[in-house]
Amino acid sequence: MDNILEELQPIFRDILDQPNLVLTRASNANNVDDWDSLAHINLVVSIEKHYKIKFALGELQELKDVGDMIDLIKVKLAAK
Amino acid sequence: MAMKLDKYTVDDLILKGKSLRRQLSVKDGLQPIRIAFLGGSTTNEVANLLELFLLDSGFQPVIHQSEYGRYFEDSVIDPSDLVTFAPDVVYIHTSYMNVQSVPPVHCSEDEFRGYVEAEAGRYKQIWESIERNLSAQIIQNNFELPAFAVLGNIDAVSFGGTSRFLLALNAEFARAAAGDPRLLLQDIHSLSARMGLNHWFDWDRYFSYKILMTPEGNAAVARSLASLVRAIYGKSRKVLVLDLDNTIWGGVIGDDGVDKIQIGRETPVAEAYTAFQEYCLSLQKRGILLAVCSKNDEEIAKQGFEHPDSVLKLEHISCFKANWEPKHENILAIARELNLGADSFVFVDDNPAERAIVEAQIAGIAVPDIGNEVSRYAAVIEEGRYFEPISVSQEDLSRAALYRSNSERTKFEAAFANYGEYLDSLDMSAEIERFKPLYLERIAQLTNKSNQFNLTTRRYTLAEMEAISRDERYIGIYGKLSDRFGDNGLISIVLGRCEQDVLHIDLWLMSCRVLKRDMELAMLDTLVEHARTANLMTLRGYYLPTSKNAMVADHYEKLGFLNVSVDPDTKNSVWTLDIPSYTPRNQHIRILEPVRG
Repeated sequence: MDNILEELQPIFRDILDQPNLVLTRASNANNVDDWDSLAHINLVVSIEKHYKIKFALGELQELKDVGDMIDLIKVKLAAK
Repeated sequence: MAMKLDKYTVDDLILKGKSLRRQLSVKDGLQPIRIAFLGGSTTNEVANLLELFLLDSGFQPVIHQSEYGRYFEDSVIDPSDLVTFAPDVVYIHTSYMNVQSVPPVHCSEDEFRGYVEAEAGRYKQIWESIERNLSAQIIQNNFELPAFAVLGNIDAVSFGGTSRFLLALNAEFARAAAGDPRLLLQDIHSLSARMGLNHWFDWDRYFSYKILMTPEGNAAVARSLASLVRAIYGKSRKVLVLDLDNTIWGGVIGDDGVDKIQIGRETPVAEAYTAFQEYCLSLQKRGILLAVCSKNDEEIAKQGFEHPDSVLKLEHISCFKANWEPKHENILAIARELNLGADSFVFVDDNPAERAIVEAQIAGIAVPDIGNEVSRYAAVIEEGRYFEPISVSQEDLSRAALYRSNSERTKFEAAFANYGEYLDSLDMSAEIERFKPLYLERIAQLTNKSNQFNLTTRRYTLAEMEAISRDERYIGIYGKLSDRFGDNGLISIVLGRCEQDVLHIDLWLMSCRVLKRDMELAMLDTLVEHARTANLMTLRGYYLPTSKNAMVADHYEKLGFLNVSVDPDTKNSVWTLDIPSYTPRNQHIRILEPVRG
C-alpha cells in the first residue's frame, strides 16, 4: 500500500497529459499545472476505477494535497 | 491514422483523453465544425468525449458551452453569445431534472395537457429562437425516464405520474422533429434504456459537480451525437459487406453442401442466423446496400441464397464477389462497381484474420469486432451506429433498386455501336429548375456526399442552403433525371453567385450514377438561360482539385470554357464562358416544362 504514490503518478500524467510530471505528497491543484476542476473530476473517476473504490460525498472537499488523497485511499482499501 | 476509438473503453477515453485529443488534432484535412452546447447540467465531460469522437471521424470541432443550466436564457432571452459564436450545430442537452413544473399527483387530464403544453412550449421557444437567429442545425435530446417512479407501476398510467408526463413530452418532441428538418431529435430515452437507468444517473457527481450522468452514460450520448453529426454531413456509411460461411449462415457451404448449412427454424443456431439475415434485410429495405465478399466458389456460394429458408435472396445483393482473391482486393472491386468509397463500407466477417487484413488494407472501412456468436452480430453492428440517417427519404428507400437498374443500363449499353444512339434509346427526361424548398434537404445532403463529380467540394448545411435559396444574389438550379429504367431522383446541383455582370459558379456537382449522360450539358443550358434573364454576361467556373475529384479536372474545358488562370501551388483553376454567344448543347435529354405556381 506504500506504493500508492507510484501508482497515482501515471494516472496524473495521463489525465494532465504531462509525461514528465513528478508527483509528491505535497502536490496540489495550486502547484501542479492544469489541475483544474475538470481535470479533478477526471482524476477522481480514474482513481475510483483504478482502485475499485468510491469516495463518499464530501470526502474529497477535505483534501489539501496528494498526501491527503493517498491517506484516504489507504483507508478505503483497508475497509474493502 | 484512425485511432480506432471504438476499441477504447470509457475509462481509457477519460484517462487518455488529453493525449488522444492532441494526437488526433494533428491529422491533415480535418473539416472544421462549430458546435454549441446548451446544457441543463454540466456538459464538459460529454463535450470532451464528443470532441474525441468527431476528431476521429475527420472533423475539427470547436465547442462552445453555455453557462451551467442557462440553456433557456442563452437561446431565448439573450442569444447574442450564440450568434457571435455562429455554430453549425446547436445541441440542447436537457434532462427530466430540468423540467420546470411536473404535474402534481392529483392531476386531471385537462391539467395534465396544460403541463405538457407548457413544458413543450418552452422548448418550442428555444428552437424557434435558434432558427430565427442562427443558421444552425439543432439537435435536441428527448427525456429519459425518471430515476424514481414514486407511483410505482401507475407512474406510467396516472396523469400525476412523472413517467407518463415524460412520455407525453417525448411524443410532443417527436411530433416537432418530424415536422421540422432543422430540428433533429437525439433519442436519449432509448440510449438510457439500453444502459439501464441505474447505470445512467450518477447522483454523487450530480450533487458534487452537477454532472448528471455516469462516464458510461456520457460516452453513449457523445457517441450517438457524433453519429448524428456524421449523418448531417453525409458521412454515414452506405454499404454492408457480408462474409457468408458462419456469418450469414452456419457451416461451410463448400464443404457441407447447401442442404447442410444452418439456416431456417430447425435448430437454435439456424434460428439465430435467420434472425441475423432478417436484420441485414431490414437495413437493405431502408436503403443500405448489401454486398457479398466471400472466399468461395461463386456457383456454390450463390446456392446458399437459393436455400428455401434463406431470408436474403440474390436480388437483395447489390454486388456479389465470391472467389479466392484476397478480401481487401474484392472489397476495393466492390467499391469501384458501386461507385462508392470503401470508407462508406462496414465489413462483417466472423474470421478475425480476415477482419484484421481488411482493416489494415482499406483506409476508413469500419470492421466491427462481431465476435463469433451469431446471436450478438446485430447488436454489435447497432452499437457502431454506422448507418445513422437523419431522415428517411424516398431516395433512400429506392436506392437499391436504382443501383440494380444501373447494372441493367450497363448491359443495355453494350448493344449499341454509337453512344449517342444509346443515349437516345434511354429516353431520358430531366426536370431542371431553380431551388425549391421541397428539395433543399436533398440538395444540402448532396453537397455533403458528393466527392468525385464535384468541382469545388464546398459543403453546405440545410440551414445555409435555406439562406441561399432566399438570397437574390444566388442562382441555384437542381436537376432530376428519369429514363426508361426508372427515376434517378435529384442528381445534380449548380449554384451561381451574381457579382455585377458575372455569375461565379460556387458549386457544380453531380451524382456519379448518372455519369456520361450529357446531364451536365442540360444543366449548363438551363444555367445560361437563367443568367441571360438576369442580364449577366459571363460565367466564371472554378475547379479546386482534391484527392477525389480528378474526374472533373477537364469539366469546364469540355464544356467550352476558356482557361483564365491556374494557381501554380494549389492547381486551382479559373474558367470563363461568354453568355451572349452561347448556343444550347444538350441533344439527348428532353427537358420537362417547369411547373409554375
